[in-house]
Amino acid sequence: MIELDGVSVRFGEVEAVHDLSLTAEAGEWVALIGPNGAGKTSALRALAGLVPFSGEIRLDGSDARALGRRALARLVAFVPQKPETPPELTVAEYVLLGRTPHISYFGSEGRGDRESARHALRRLELEDFAERRLGSLSGGELQRAVLARALAQEAPVLLLDEPTTALDLGRQQLVLELVDSLRGDGLTVVSTMHDLTLAGQYADRLLLLDRGRVVAEGAAAEVLSEANVGSHYGARVQVVEQDGAVFVLPVRSRG
Amino acid sequence: MAVESLGEGVAPRVEARGVGPRWGLAVGALLVGALLVGLGVGPVGIGFGDIVRSALSAVPLLHVHSPLSAVQHAVLWQLRAPRVVLAALVGGMLAVAGSAYQGVFRNPLADPYLLGVAGGAGLGATIAIVYGLVGSGARWGVPAAAFAGAIAAVVATYVLGRSAGQARTSGALVLAGVTIATFTAAVQTFIQQLHTDQLQNVYAWLLGGFSTASWRDVAVASPYIALSAVVLVLHRRVLDVLSLGDDEAASLGVDVARVRLVVVVAATLGTAAAVSVSGLIAFVGIIVPHTIRLLVSTSYRAVVPLSLAVGAAFLVLTDVLARTVLSPSELPIGVVTAFFGAPFFAVVLRSARTMR
Repeated sequence: MIELDGVSVRFGEVEAVHDLSLTAEAGEWVALIGPNGAGKTSALRALAGLVPFSGEIRLDGSDARALGRRALARLVAFVPQKPETPPELTVAEYVLLGRTPHISYFGSEGRGDRESARHALRRLELEDFAERRLGSLSGGELQRAVLARALAQEAPVLLLDEPTTALDLGRQQLVLELVDSLRGDGLTVVSTMHDLTLAGQYADRLLLLDRGRVVAEGAAAEVLSEANVGSHYGARVQVVEQDGAVFVLPVRSRG
Repeated sequence: MAVESLGEGVAPRVEARGVGPRWGLAVGALLVGALLVGLGVGPVGIGFGDIVRSALSAVPLLHVHSPLSAVQHAVLWQLRAPRVVLAALVGGMLAVAGSAYQGVFRNPLADPYLLGVAGGAGLGATIAIVYGLVGSGARWGVPAAAFAGAIAAVVATYVLGRSAGQARTSGALVLAGVTIATFTAAVQTFIQQLHTDQLQNVYAWLLGGFSTASWRDVAVASPYIALSAVVLVLHRRVLDVLSLGDDEAASLGVDVARVRLVVVVAATLGTAAAVSVSGLIAFVGIIVPHTIRLLVSTSYRAVVPLSLAVGAAFLVLTDVLARTVLSPSELPIGVVTAFFGAPFFAVVLRSARTMR
């Protein structure tokens, strides 16, 4: 579904992503992890067509550069870390804006678009919130509204930049479970994640980036070693494996 | 209860709040009422019913006879009607351009003069008045110079904003607009000070007004205003998408830089045409869209089309005040709009905090 081949992203003199290669099959969840400034978000933004890149990105077999903006938006939905959520907009209006790539430039939503938006609301259990204003929602509800907007886009690829940042532990699990359940419909997910334990538990595969380069790749048990996390995050951690799950626990250094 | 929860009746309302029939009718009535007041009020009183019958008498096959005397007829159709129509066109244009500017720059305080239209038009008009470019072309020198000045100023703003490197961000463009507006205002003031004998004429133009409005003004300005208004109204849904920010709008398939350019070009053309026939009329572009946001909806699907109609009604009524308060002399209309605009602007500023 997604193929990145030698992708680099430069901002002037700074190379944010260097020679990144990655493939993700339909229905797969790949998490990009790494310390702040490792290039996770830049890689995601290149995939979303928001920053220029060198190398090649293929989506569903076609060259991402050759796709127009609208065609790309029908293949890739992007949820930024801090989405803009105009407080006066209702949840339904906001989710309907997700239909933009399917609506002609001067057109307005048709019956099919309203149906898709309604489906997205149902999928994220937001039906009762449809007429509420975004400004009145809690953090968890807001994040679900943002996901519903991305889902209404009906793109086979969903890019999530730190989808759980502002949420409490319970809401983090709720949102990640929802994302996971969407994969049942064949949705491919690429997300950046700060919480390594959650990344390991939800993603099929982890890509550890440091200073723009991939330094480790594979299943959670392979990537989340004490040595890897220690050297690339500069963190002292203990890694516990239990029932196939990997837990990364911070350890306070004394003396 | 259980049956109800399975039925269609509880399906959530999933649609955008647009104009709606209630507000559509109310604003339509406001506009018609304003036009009738504008046509009826003045030293020569003309009843609303007589206005309607006089208008219908011009329609063939209806066989309605105009009840107006020849003088009333001339006052109504040669003096008041062009003035009212021009005020409606200018008011609608300034308000719709303001709403569009607020949308593309995602700034509730943006107005159609943001990118230097006013400064450029003021400079152009001042040059025309002071150096007497009025000559043989008589009435057309000043509006043409104002129009050219307005367009030149916005082009300069755009070039400067782009060369600032971040053409994709609206911040550079807004700063460039401030720069150009300040510079043109300085040059304009300088020229004006060199020719204090023309001070009165320059001020009369700057403060705006419709005292010399004619059907020719309407004919000259209306094509630009109509084209601009159509383009802006067509963009109403896209402006809602832009409210999600540049990145998200782009990830939804919208070419943000191009939309911004198209909207700015359309709004500038219309505003320049409006300014060239009316002078500088402040605040309409801010008051009207914000009133609609506060009363109806923040969605541009409501704000853009309703701004057009409410802006038209507002300026027609303001013009009635401008020509009646000190009758027989006239107040500059810019004074009247600012007199009502400034207190209103204070309210907008207070509520703007909750808008973003």
